[in-house]
Amino acid sequence: MNLAVVLRGQTHDLALKNPVLTASGTFGYGLEYAPYGELKSLGGFVVKGISLTPRDGNPCPRVLETASGMLNSIGLQNDGAEDFCTRKLPLLPWRETAVIANMYACSVEEFARLAGRLDGEEGLAALEVNVSCPNVEQGGALFGQDARLAAAVTSAVRKAAPSKHIMVKLSPNVADIALIAKSVEEAGADSISCINTLLGMALDLRARRPALANVVGGLSGPAIKPVALRCVWQVARAVRIPVVGVGGIVTAVDALEFILAGASAVQVGTGNFMRPDCAFRLVERLPEACAEYGVASLDELRASLCCPTC
Amino acid sequence: MVDSSYCRLPVLGLTPFNPHNGQARFFALRLPRPPGTAWESWRPGQFVMLRPDSFGLELPWGRPLCICHVTDCCLTCFFQVRGRGTRRMAHLRPGDMVGLWGPLGNGFAKEEDAPVLLLAGGMGIAPFVGYVNTHPKPWNVSMLFGHREPLESYPVNNINEFVPLDCFWEREPGDLRLFLQALEERMSENARFGGLALACGPLPFLQAVRELGLKLQARVQLSLESVMACGVGACLGCVTPAGQAWPEPGKRGRPVQVCRRGPVFWVDQVEL
Ligand SMILES: Cc1cc2nc3c(=O)[nH]c(=O)nc-3n(C[C@H](O)[C@H](O)[C@H](O)COP(=O)(O)OP(=O)(O)OC[C@H]3O[C@@H](n4cnc5c(N)ncnc54)[C@H](O)[C@@H]3O)c2cc1C
Ligand SMILES: Cc1cc2nc3c(=O)[nH]c(=O)nc-3n(C[C@H](O)[C@H](O)[C@H](O)COP(=O)(O)O)c2cc1C
Ligand code: FES
Repeated sequence: MNLAVVLRGQTHDLALKNPVLTASGTFGYGLEYAPYGELKSLGGFVVKGISLTPRDGNPCPRVLETASGMLNSIGLQNDGAEDFCTRKLPLLPWRETAVIANMYACSVEEFARLAGRLDGEEGLAALEVNVSCPNVEQGGALFGQDARLAAAVTSAVRKAAPSKHIMVKLSPNVADIALIAKSVEEAGADSISCINTLLGMALDLRARRPALANVVGGLSGPAIKPVALRCVWQVARAVRIPVVGVGGIVTAVDALEFILAGASAVQVGTGNFMRPDCAFRLVERLPEACAEYGVASLDELRASLCCPTC
Repeated sequence: MVDSSYCRLPVLGLTPFNPHNGQARFFALRLPRPPGTAWESWRPGQFVMLRPDSFGLELPWGRPLCICHVTDCCLTCFFQVRGRGTRRMAHLRPGDMVGLWGPLGNGFAKEEDAPVLLLAGGMGIAPFVGYVNTHPKPWNVSMLFGHREPLESYPVNNINEFVPLDCFWEREPGDLRLFLQALEERMSENARFGGLALACGPLPFLQAVRELGLKLQARVQLSLESVMACGVGACLGCVTPAGQAWPEPGKRGRPVQVCRRGPVFWVDQVEL
C-alpha cells in the first residue's frame, strides 16, 4: 500500500513518505530516539520549539503524570535558533526524512525575524508555527486565541520565510477553533496542525499547593484524544488546506481515526513516552491496520466519514 | 534495522523483601537479560525505564529504576512501593509483560585503587548493589546507610557480603543527627585519603552530602532522582541547573537533563 502523502499548501507542498510525524517537544531533536528505530522510516519529525534567543524554561516540577495523560509546563527551554541551525540541524537526517522546525516567539516581529533566520536552512522541510504563546506586546493574550493575531503571525511568517511550507499549530483553548483555522488559512498558511495541549492544573492536597511550579500546564496524551479528534473534524470542514492531527495518538488505529476525521497526516506526542518506539511501530503497523479496517487508500478513508451532520 | 534499546520482557519473578512485616513494600523484580550489546558495558548508577503492560493507557510513563544485577540470563531491579505505578508493579506475576528501555544515563565513576565511600539513604541503596558486585577491589569500598524502614526491607545482604556496611536506623529525630555526624566524620576521613564518595538518596540527604563535599573539597558524586517522562533527554521534564564547574561554560546555571547528562553528577557540576 502506498502511504506517501503530499500536504498541498497554498504556496508550498510538503511531501511525506508516510503520514506519521512526531510532535514538537516530545521527540527532542530526533537523535534522542535514534536507538529505538530508523528516523528515516518516519514521515518526518517536528523538533522541540525554537526561539530566537536561548530560554531556560520554567522552574521544576514542570511535568506530571495524570490519568491517561500528563501535564507539562516546560516553558520552551531551548538553546536558540542560531545554535539549532549551526550545531543541531547539520546532524539530523534531513535528506532522508522531513525535519520540521517548531517556532516560538513573543511578538509578531520576533516571529518574522525567527522565520527569516530559518528560511535559508536547506535542512528544514517546513516551519510549524506554535501560536499557543503569549503576546507580550498585548498583555500576554495568546496569539492562538485571537483570530486577528493568529492571522498576523501567519502572514508575517509567510512573508519572512518565502521558501518554506508553513504549518500553523492551533490551540484547542478557544471558543471556536474553526474560526481561527479560517483566518490563518486566509493569511497564507499551507497547512494546519491541531491540537496543542489543553490548559490544565493539578494540586497536591497534602501540601495544599499546585503540583506544578508554574501552577498551570498543558494536558496531553490519550486523555485528550476525543478533544483532538473533534478539533480536527471541525477544522477540516472549515478549510481547504490540509490538516495534521495531533493529540493522544498512540496506535495505528488512532492514526486512521484522525484521518477519517479529516486529517492528512498525524503527529505522535506523549505516545513516545509510553514506549520510545511508538512512532516507528505506528508506521510499521499502518498497512496491517488499513487491511484490518478495509481501508483502500488514505485518501479514500479521509473522504468517507458517515455522520448525520457531515 | 536499528538494534532497538526498547524491548518487551516477561517477568521471571517478583520477591517481597519483608513478607512477615504486614503488606510488603519492597520487592526484587527479576527479568530476562534484555537483548543488545549495550548490556555488555552497562555501568552501575545507570537505570532503565520500566513500563508494565498493566499500566494500560492510564499510566503513560515508564518508571525509572536502577540496574542492580545483570547476569548472563537475568536483570534484577529493586523497588519500593511509593505511588500509583509501583503499587501496580507490586502485583506483577511471572509471565506478565513489561516494556523496558535502557541502559540509560551515565553511571558512577569507578576507581579501582581509590578508597570509595558509598553513602545511601533509603532506597538510594539500589544503585550500590551493582556497584559493589562489580567492583574489582571491593576491599577498597565501604558504606554508610541511613534508613527509616527495618533493615530487612532493603537489599543489604547483596552488599555486606562484599563490603563493610554501617547502618543507621532513623526512628526518631535525634537519630538523624547521629547519622549526619557519622557522615561528616567518614567523609572527611575519606577526603584526607583522596577517596571518592558516591551518594544516592532523598533530596535533603543529597543536599547535606553536597554541602559537606564542597566544604571538604572532596571528590563526591551524587545520583539524583527526578521525575522522568521520557528517560532519553527529549522532554526536558527532569532538568536540574548545571553547577559552576560544568564542562560547557555556556551551560553553567542553566538546566540540563538528569536522565541523559546524569543521573550521576560531580558535586560542583550540579545545583540542588
Ligand atoms: C534514575 C533513577 C533511578 C531510580 N531507581 C530506583 C530504584 O532502583 N528503586 C526504587 O525503588 N526507586 C527508584 N527510583 C525512584 C522511582 O522511580 C520512584 O519511586 C517511582 O517512579 C515512583 O513511582 P510511583 O508511580 O509509585 O509514584 P507516583 O508518585 O504515583 O508517580 C507519579 C510520577 O512521578 C514519578 N516519581 C514519583 N516519585 C519519584 C521519585 N522519587 N523519583 C523519580 N520519579 C518519581 C513517577 O516515576 C511517576 O512518573 C529511581 C528514580 C530515578 C530518577
Ligand atoms: C513535554 C512536552 C513538550 C511540548 N513542547 C511543545 C513545543 O515546544 N511546541 C509545541 O508546539 N508543542 C509542544 N508540545 C505539544 C505537543 O507537540 C502536542 O501538540 C501535544 O502534546 C498533544 O499531543 P499528544 O497528546 O500526542 O502528546 C509539547 C508537549 C509535551 C508533552
Ligand atoms: S526524562 Fe525526558 S528529558 Fe529527562
